Amino acid sequence: MKIILNNRDEELTGDLLTVTEMLIQKKFSYRMRIVKINGVLIPKDQYDSALIREGDTVHMIYLMSGG
Amino acid sequence: MRFSAVKDHLSGFRVGIAGAGGLGSNCAVALARSGIGTIVISDFDIVEPANLNRQYYFTSQVGEYKTKALKENIARINPDITVLAYTEKLGRTNIPALFAGCDVIVEAFDSDEMKVMLIETVLAEMPGIPVIAGSGLAGWGNNDSIKFRKIDDTLYICGDETTTAGEDLPPMAPRVGIVANMQANTVIEILMKKNKDYFLR
Repeated sequence: MKIILNNRDEELTGDLLTVTEMLIQKKFSYRMRIVKINGVLIPKDQYDSALIREGDTVHMIYLMSGG
Repeated sequence: MRFSAVKDHLSGFRVGIAGAGGLGSNCAVALARSGIGTIVISDFDIVEPANLNRQYYFTSQVGEYKTKALKENIARINPDITVLAYTEKLGRTNIPALFAGCDVIVEAFDSDEMKVMLIETVLAEMPGIPVIAGSGLAGWGNNDSIKFRKIDDTLYICGDETTTAGEDLPPMAPRVGIVANMQANTVIEILMKKNKDYFLR
């Protein structure tokens, strides 16, 4: 399926993916992140249940230590 | 638009700053110089000698609470600014009350876990209030790696989104200052587009 990930077109395997599955497929390993699907914040405890569908806009933002 | 008009407009707003370290202290000073009416600062740390490589404090303030020291420094720069300083550790339970009434919130923590916690809490508990986060500022050089990204109307990211501060890649004044000032610049950009709500202030 095609989604928009961080403002770029992205082709993922599968018609319906959980956030966890998307993170594995994209090899996003760093843990400190914010995920939004179509503008809605997905808390960590919903990564296994929140679904990403064809055409969705997904944002994945890493928060790096330092300030 | 003249600066006097900008300052007059900005004086009607309240900005929350979560953390008064490198990002928070420098961002607060930039906002104070710009004339933001009320700045709400929260931090529970004291000023340490190692902070002086990037944070807006002075040697004479080592040992003081950062909240107290920053309030003093802002008063010396612009006494017209109201500073509400809370010497408290921020968490999911006290963030909404502490930053109640803020038009924008600046994420200015050091640790990645606290950054995520602040963003999640504000997005969930204070819907519609924009968060300006800092992510990736360690080391030196690489000017062109520092970016600005608007995710949507409630989340903005300043930083390289890549580097992690550590022993071998210390946070230093120039890059921390760049990101802190990008955050302040974003706050001003948002507030300049916003109408003052005279009845609630």
